[in-house]
Amino acid sequence: MALLEVHNVTKKFGSLIANHDVSFNIEEGQIVGLIGPNGAGKTTMFNCVSGLYRVNEGKVLFNGIDITEFPPYRVAKLGAVRTFQIVHPLKDMTVFDNILMGAYLREPNNQKAIEIAENCIKIGYLSEVKNKRAGDITIGLKKRLELARALATGPKLLMLDESMAGLTSTEVKESVELVKNLRDTGITFLIVEHVMEAIMPIADKVVVLDGGIKIAEGKPEEIIKNEQVIEAYFGKKYSKKLQAAKGVEKSV
Amino acid sequence: MNIIKFKKKDVYWYLFIIFLVLIPLVPFIANNSFIQHVFILILLFASMSQSWNILGGYAGQVSFGHSVFFGIGAYGAGMAVVKYGMVPWPGVLIGAFIASIVAVIISYPCFKLKGHYFAIATFAIVEIFNRLFMVWYWVEGALGLDYPLVEVGWKNFMWYDTKIPYYYGALILFIVIFGVVRWIEKNRFGYYLVAVREDQEAAESIGINSTMVKLTAMAISAFLAALCGAFFVQYNFRVDPPMVMSLSMSMTFVLITILGGAGTILGPLMGALILIPLQEYSRALWGGFGGGIDLIIFGIIIVVVVVRQPRGIMGMISDIKKYSQSNKKINFNIGKDKGGE
Amino acid sequence: MTMFFQVAIDGLLMGMVYALVASGLSLIWGVMDVINFAHGEFLMVAMYVSYWLGFLMKVDPIISWIASGVFCFILGAITYRLIIRQCLGGPALSALLATFGLSMILKNFCLNRFSPNYRLLTETLLDGKKIILGKVIFPLPQLVTGLFALAVVFIIYYIIKRTRLGWAIQATAMDKEAAELMGIKTDWIFAFVFGLGGACVGIAGGLMPSYLAVHPEVGGLFGLIAFIAVAMGGFGSIPGALLAAIFIGLIEAFGGFYVAPVFKYVVVFGLYLVVVMFKPKGLFGW
Repeated sequence: MALLEVHNVTKKFGSLIANHDVSFNIEEGQIVGLIGPNGAGKTTMFNCVSGLYRVNEGKVLFNGIDITEFPPYRVAKLGAVRTFQIVHPLKDMTVFDNILMGAYLREPNNQKAIEIAENCIKIGYLSEVKNKRAGDITIGLKKRLELARALATGPKLLMLDESMAGLTSTEVKESVELVKNLRDTGITFLIVEHVMEAIMPIADKVVVLDGGIKIAEGKPEEIIKNEQVIEAYFGKKYSKKLQAAKGVEKSV
Repeated sequence: MNIIKFKKKDVYWYLFIIFLVLIPLVPFIANNSFIQHVFILILLFASMSQSWNILGGYAGQVSFGHSVFFGIGAYGAGMAVVKYGMVPWPGVLIGAFIASIVAVIISYPCFKLKGHYFAIATFAIVEIFNRLFMVWYWVEGALGLDYPLVEVGWKNFMWYDTKIPYYYGALILFIVIFGVVRWIEKNRFGYYLVAVREDQEAAESIGINSTMVKLTAMAISAFLAALCGAFFVQYNFRVDPPMVMSLSMSMTFVLITILGGAGTILGPLMGALILIPLQEYSRALWGGFGGGIDLIIFGIIIVVVVVRQPRGIMGMISDIKKYSQSNKKINFNIGKDKGGE
Repeated sequence: MTMFFQVAIDGLLMGMVYALVASGLSLIWGVMDVINFAHGEFLMVAMYVSYWLGFLMKVDPIISWIASGVFCFILGAITYRLIIRQCLGGPALSALLATFGLSMILKNFCLNRFSPNYRLLTETLLDGKKIILGKVIFPLPQLVTGLFALAVVFIIYYIIKRTRLGWAIQATAMDKEAAELMGIKTDWIFAFVFGLGGACVGIAGGLMPSYLAVHPEVGGLFGLIAFIAVAMGGFGSIPGALLAAIFIGLIEAFGGFYVAPVFKYVVVFGLYLVVVMFKPKGLFGW
């Protein structure tokens, strides 16, 4: 039984089909990337899984439980927690209190929750800004805060929505390290990304969406060679050029 | 909300309570019935506003319907004494539970509404209850309930010759309600309230059931408001619908809290400390001048405070603190500042 | 059967006046997302202006509505400049509470200066006159006021939808920053809109002393009904406010006559709750 199973999910907004018959599975302990050009339906898929949107067709199973109709808080309680593309820190509270908020999910007791929060602060390298107002820190830190807060809820599956966007390349490297370390502690990851350096080196497999449908799924090395993927990102014209160049290469 | 800071605040709090307990012993106050009356009203309105604060300040659901729960509490105690000739206490409890239940039933559908629509729905609810109580035969409708003469003492919670026991009753009410809010602030529920208020979507994403949180806040808030209503009727010796279930009564609780500082524990007390004496003294002094002057001043104060400092008196205090702190700390180590890292 | 039509007409005419009051509020709410709690008190002020002009200088409401309208336009613009503008960046509640304070000031000022006595203009042009169709009586003061109010609502709607000024107002309502980028002076627009909202109420209040008694509390219920009408019709929708207001006028009349006067408003407020359960943003809200 896979940790997350997405079966034939379709999501429409009026006549606009944002996700069409999308299916994929995630096994426990994997890092799975969800990529595709803008407007492909990646965040929509996230929202469908996490309960923010109601799917029109299809099912989502988490740990064998049908979470298709669950509201967001129930999905989070089960252990599938997501972060947001546009960060949602609780601006007027301190960084520490933000993370405490996440810790409270499993631990209503103050002392224990504080311990968990302290731990997550360390893991997220946020000790320096612990007592600062969350609205005042830089965007890179805000993204780490969002990750740390999600971490404090004790998730089995962490779903990161473009958490690398807007980061410097050093910050990207640090975050990639963080994800790998967390995976080694037993957390499964579903990551939506545009920043290829962040996802391709660490993903066990990649799912590619374009125009609402899944066009490819497989290991990163296979995906980058996939014609449809290249066409989706670079367009037909370039793809043909590339093919022609490859063809020339082969015959030479 | 730094957990360590609380210990120091607690000491100040206990000292303050002791101060309040000793006040009626001051001869000047012990002999002046009017001053006692003002103190009692301050404690009552502070408690009432604090109960609203749970919903409107901490949870951020600005409702103008709280006078309904105040009224239910008042009628609960009133009915017990007037209609059934008992001691008020069963009525107080029943009133409080009914208020809670009514609150949850009404607000569950209302929480779908956003912003102004929600506020206006709460106006509608007050007006509906007001008019229904006016024609409800069982509660004597527009005539209201008039208290008969009963035996003086704590059993009936009734005194005619002195206000001092009422003062201690109000003080107990105050301690209980402020105690509840204190507990809320220090524990998970308080944090969840703020999360739901600030960013409901983010809150849900970390597992907070925002509907449950809001309904719980509603239930607690209504329960406490009803207790205040019960005290009111015991002090006032009578109750009728316009006296308790009115939009203007609701407005008073909202204003006191906002003026003092919504979402802070001391806000309602600050607000009551300023507004109640103002209301009572200006009514006593200027009530004769063709009426209304005290309310004109009231209105001016409201406008000025709301416009200048929407976070109320507590907001002003925290601004003053920040200003004096920032003046002390001039950062000479400019090189070390790495923009938040 | 005649009674039915009579009640319907009374309700309709009252509803048209409610519609004018509500349109002013809807405009303000739609453009600035502000609830003017003093809206009812603006009406009261307008009625006093018209009353004193009529009582002291024998000016008929048929003319003094102009004075009331202008007075309330200025009152609205000043309210914006001095109070509302400061509240715009802050919590949504501020403007509501600040205008509540304003309503207290206005109401108690009139209470203090003019006493709580009910005042009615008795020697107006239209007083006591009526048109009778079949067995239904159309009292002329109410008829003229109602039709005039309706006309003003349509004029305002036309201005918003068809003129350049109206488009500027709509733009500011939809996206203040984008409007500013287009060179629209949003601050002036806001002041104008608040003034216009006041003027609506001013015109309504100017005509009414001919048949409705003026006193300091008169604004209270009108204001409340205006809020309900605007919220029921939907944020920023004048057609919505019009429809809701007329609906309310009719319900008020029928409820009062066929059920009991006390239940008039229970039904009105209850109706709001019912509508909003199914359409949380009102009938036409966006």
